[in-house]
Amino acid sequence: MSSFGPVWVIAEQSECAAEIVSLQLVGKARQLAEQLGVNCESVLLGSNLGGAVRDLLASGADRVYLADDPRLELYQPALYSEIICMLAEKWKPEIILMGSTFMGRELAPLVAARLRTGLAAHCTGLRLDRDNRLEQLIPAYGGLMSIVCPEKRPQMATVARGVFATPARDAQRKGEIVAVPVPEMGEPTVRTLEIVREPVSDGQLEDARVIVSGGAGAGSAEGWEAVRELCRELGAGLACTRPAVDAGWAPLESMIGQSGKMVSPEVYIGVGVSGEQQHMVGVVGAKLMIAVNNDPKSPVFEQVDLGVAEDCREFLPVLASKIRAYRESRKACV
Amino acid sequence: MNVIVCVKAVPDPKEICKIRIDPATKTLLRCDVPLVINPLDKNALEAALLLKEGRGASVTVISMGPPPAETIVKECMALGADRGILLSDRAFGGADAFATAYTLAGAIVKAGEYDLILCGMASSDGATEWVGPQIATFLGIPAVTMVRKFESQEGAAWRVLADWQNGYRRVEVRLPALLTITRDLNRPRALSFSGILKSRKKTIEQWGREFLDLPSEALGAKGSPTIVSEMSTVRNRRDVKMLRGTIEEKADQLVGLLAESGVL
Ligand SMILES: Cc1cc2nc3c(=O)[nH]c(=O)nc-3n(C[C@H](O)[C@H](O)[C@H](O)COP(=O)(O)OP(=O)(O)OC[C@H]3O[C@@H](n4cnc5c(N)ncnc54)[C@H](O)[C@@H]3O)c2cc1C
Repeated sequence: MSSFGPVWVIAEQSECAAEIVSLQLVGKARQLAEQLGVNCESVLLGSNLGGAVRDLLASGADRVYLADDPRLELYQPALYSEIICMLAEKWKPEIILMGSTFMGRELAPLVAARLRTGLAAHCTGLRLDRDNRLEQLIPAYGGLMSIVCPEKRPQMATVARGVFATPARDAQRKGEIVAVPVPEMGEPTVRTLEIVREPVSDGQLEDARVIVSGGAGAGSAEGWEAVRELCRELGAGLACTRPAVDAGWAPLESMIGQSGKMVSPEVYIGVGVSGEQQHMVGVVGAKLMIAVNNDPKSPVFEQVDLGVAEDCREFLPVLASKIRAYRESRKACV
Repeated sequence: MNVIVCVKAVPDPKEICKIRIDPATKTLLRCDVPLVINPLDKNALEAALLLKEGRGASVTVISMGPPPAETIVKECMALGADRGILLSDRAFGGADAFATAYTLAGAIVKAGEYDLILCGMASSDGATEWVGPQIATFLGIPAVTMVRKFESQEGAAWRVLADWQNGYRRVEVRLPALLTITRDLNRPRALSFSGILKSRKKTIEQWGREFLDLPSEALGAKGSPTIVSEMSTVRNRRDVKMLRGTIEEKADQLVGLLAESGVL
């Protein structure tokens, strides 16, 4: 018997299947659990969860604590944190991982404070150290910080979609399902009434083959228009860094990095981006990385495969027109 | 109505790239980057000031930070806050989000009756997003994070819209409550000269550990469940090929390489 508790993933479902980040975390939790010699387990709350349960088991969970109830259909902070804390106090997990989803970002701190334990935010790496403590890596100030939670248990962390690979499914894998009753609570002081979908504007960045990411170097709304134009020409997803959001050129949903999206396109083109860790961790998975920056000494050039040391306001229009010309010439040949 | 706004002094985000990890000592080289109000806390303060103007709410600003953070509390008063409290004590140093929330919750209890607590959704230098919801947990009140709109502010139960995957969440929350605020909620006002003059007369209350009467083992580094065990300066290096020639030539080469990689 191991002296450690199990490794847990608080999973989520969307559209009758488990969220991808939940499966990615089960994959990671499975590795950690094997190293510790313990079970990899998942907690799933919601309504009509059959499909998501199968996903979790097929992806590597040994056991799923399942609260499947119409009252849990929408994320309800009071009820969700009550159930998770109750389970954690009973089963004493060593580690609890949650996706940095909108739910995870609210629920994780509520649960951690109630369990009186530590919580690392938006980790980009997880591993066990020599003492079998969870080492949680977070990019900071041009480097990496390792966070550990030496005494308190469980050790808790949130991780964004795309940090870990999606594990292979094995539909034959069997696991245990433990039904969890929904506790009776009085009238809650906070209640989700509904979750409303809005039409998404620019397609899903996570699925784009090519991503153009504009940074502070775009310089102005006009400069940003040139970035957008290149994007259109390439049929690429338009992404950005924090300063572009602050300047109001781009929406927060299109920010890449530690506190934004994690992407792994085939081609990433950074325009007027300085190569700060917090942004670059969001694209380490890209196959071909290209940077356009007017400063030949910019640190971004240490982190890409192809570098163009030019002013983007001059270079982008030329590039866009050459791409157009290339496309036309190809059309002519067919 | 009493509104409390928690604000944080952060290194100016425009100059944050100057802060580096010293590869030799593995500590932060701060290089005198000036402290400013955390940008999202300005949206939280703005929401409070609108309640002051709309229904006569009294606005208290609380900040935990080193003595120089006094300047940002002063700035909040110049913007219109009625009362400013700075929590400054060596015992508070080295706190993670958990210990910070615990200390702020203790100060909020000391500050008196409250109906609403507002925080920025995240800080620009730490960006855990944890402090707001954890304060609420310590106080035993409900929290809604990432609020983008107030839909109804009548009666004891407010309706707010909060960010959610591909949309938003409509939430009903009973006061007293804690809300964390996104930049979509409002546009923070700018400092006015008359505001600065008026705030000159206001004093800032400085509270330390003894005044809060909290156990020192629950504060600062000692009260923090997490620690930074190491800092490294690794980067994801790649061997770069710099394109040469005129702008035209570089664009031609790039088009060729993009075509080769199959994305054109
Ligand atoms: C806790 C925390 C979390 C964060 N999370 C994120 C995150 O998720 N995502 C994110 O993006 N950022 C994040 N940041 C911010 C991040 O640290 C950087 O500040 C940001 O990524 C820098 O953006 P940038 O490269 O666009 O701007 P800058 O660093 O200002 O770089 C601009 C670059 O443009 C170049 N340039 C200027 N003019 C031109 C021109 N005419 N043509 C070509 N190049 C030009 C300059 O040489 C420079 O290299 C976070 C910060 C913190 C503290």
